[in-house]
Amino acid sequence: MATRVSKTARRQLRLGLLFCAPVILGLLIFMAYPITASLYYSCTRYSVMKPPVWVGLSNYQQLRHDELFWKSLANTAYYAVIAVPLGVAVALGLAMLLNLKVRGQALYRTFFFVPSIVPLVASSVLWIWLFNPQNGAMNALLRPILAHLGLGEPPGWFADPAWAKPAIILWSLWGVGGSMVIFLAALQDVPKELQEAAEVDGARAWHRIRHITIPFISPQILFVLIMGLIGAFQFFTPAYVMTQGTGGPVDSTLFYSLYLFNVAFADFKMGYACALAWILFLLILLATAFIFKSSARHVYYAGDGKG
Amino acid sequence: MAKTPDESGRPMHPASAISAHVVLIALSATFLVPLIWLITSSLKTEAQILKFPPEWIPNPITIENYPKGLTFIPFWRYLLNTSTICAAAVLGTIISCSLVAYGLARLRWPGRNLLFYIIIGTMMLPFQVTMVPVFVMFARIGLVDTLWPLIIPHFFGNAFYIFLMRQFFLTIPMELTEAARIDGCTEWDIYRRIILPLSKPVLAAVGLFAFMASWNDYMGPLIYLADEHKYTLSLGLASFSSQYGSYPGMLMAVTTVITVPIIVIFFLAQRTFIQGITLTGIKG
Repeated sequence: MATRVSKTARRQLRLGLLFCAPVILGLLIFMAYPITASLYYSCTRYSVMKPPVWVGLSNYQQLRHDELFWKSLANTAYYAVIAVPLGVAVALGLAMLLNLKVRGQALYRTFFFVPSIVPLVASSVLWIWLFNPQNGAMNALLRPILAHLGLGEPPGWFADPAWAKPAIILWSLWGVGGSMVIFLAALQDVPKELQEAAEVDGARAWHRIRHITIPFISPQILFVLIMGLIGAFQFFTPAYVMTQGTGGPVDSTLFYSLYLFNVAFADFKMGYACALAWILFLLILLATAFIFKSSARHVYYAGDGKG
Repeated sequence: MAKTPDESGRPMHPASAISAHVVLIALSATFLVPLIWLITSSLKTEAQILKFPPEWIPNPITIENYPKGLTFIPFWRYLLNTSTICAAAVLGTIISCSLVAYGLARLRWPGRNLLFYIIIGTMMLPFQVTMVPVFVMFARIGLVDTLWPLIIPHFFGNAFYIFLMRQFFLTIPMELTEAARIDGCTEWDIYRRIILPLSKPVLAAVGLFAFMASWNDYMGPLIYLADEHKYTLSLGLASFSSQYGSYPGMLMAVTTVITVPIIVIFFLAQRTFIQGITLTGIKG
């Protein structure tokens, strides 16, 4: 009997490992080895052409005096702090509007969603042209309005260090369709009876949103917020395409991942790039932990028993 | 107008219905302006497009930017490269992830939960951490400047897609496969003939995501491809833009051509898209 049990158990184990073989190999080749190698490289000077030279922790120490590191960190923080919450707010607002069940809801939903599936490089190239200070649509719209208000010329956008980041933030808002769909799905699960009871009790629309809708969809808000934050730290393609990889003008769009990429594949400082990557990992971990901690009291999980 | 009911069946007040429509139409216009600008720009002559102040309506309407733009860069070559990568990525992702998800969700063996947690854990790690060593690895075996580094990894599973498939496979009743097992079906038969046919929604969603990710991918091709004939559409468009930004008409025509297939796919597979995205948001 015992041998038969262990025989089936062994068979099960063999089958399990067989079906999972792709990911087991994948974890070894594309995770375990590269993680170890990355840790090692981060303590070396390495240009791929020549073998790595051990330098201990000096790459990490060098970070403190690296102006571009701090600059890229500041740019990324600016983007994360402004674009991410703004994106959540816009997505939530659109989802609530769509949830009003007006006629043609599906059509409006499509209009809001389509920009989010435009290929990244295509929307980035489009954005440069849209925000062209001379011939772009944005300034074509702004110019008469600003002139009317006596506010002078519209901004130079990607030609002006002060306006390049706002242009990129507007780009990010254009693509909130994905988050909007997540919120819209969540809104359908908010109990109708609760809303109606509150309405009967005379709760105003804002209070119903604040005390019923938002708590009910708080898990999805947290999810979108965290994904947005992680995305902000890894923000790369639009910044690279819109500035041809320079992060210009005057490093105003040099975001963390763009800087990291340039260190690795333009300067071929692979060791330093790995150190930057580990710091990135640490930052994402800290930021996520911070959001989880500070939101714990505000996130409501249905059936959890606590509010 | 008074007939538009909300889900509780009560009609929306006509005045609020109208104001909701006004707001929704204004917002829709805002979201659509960039796309309208993209298409109208591509239909303008080179002279009109650089006029100041800019004009909104193409006059005369011309399609010359399309043939010009598509021959100015080796467009069909880029399309072929991109399609090759996309097809291989979709195939690799579906095969590897469904196999692994089956092993995690439908087979009882010690270590399956541990493996699942490890897989989920890797999602925390930004890919920048492994980017350099993986590049060095591909460089050592001489695959830099080929399409292989953009294809091979897809055959080794993807944490997120494995997660989605596993959750889906768990919802299929165990009795179903138990009965097949008693009838003498092998695990491979069950995977092939029972689980996969029942999982079409999740397979479609994952396939679609994998396709979009490869079609969109920019950093991958940027790292690995140097020879212009191996460029993907994304890489080709970006380099076209940086070198010939002074031909906005052609640039917008090519951008339109790259964007339109995705929008068409969206309209054909709208349900899959929305399902897939909500699937990802559900776990909260």
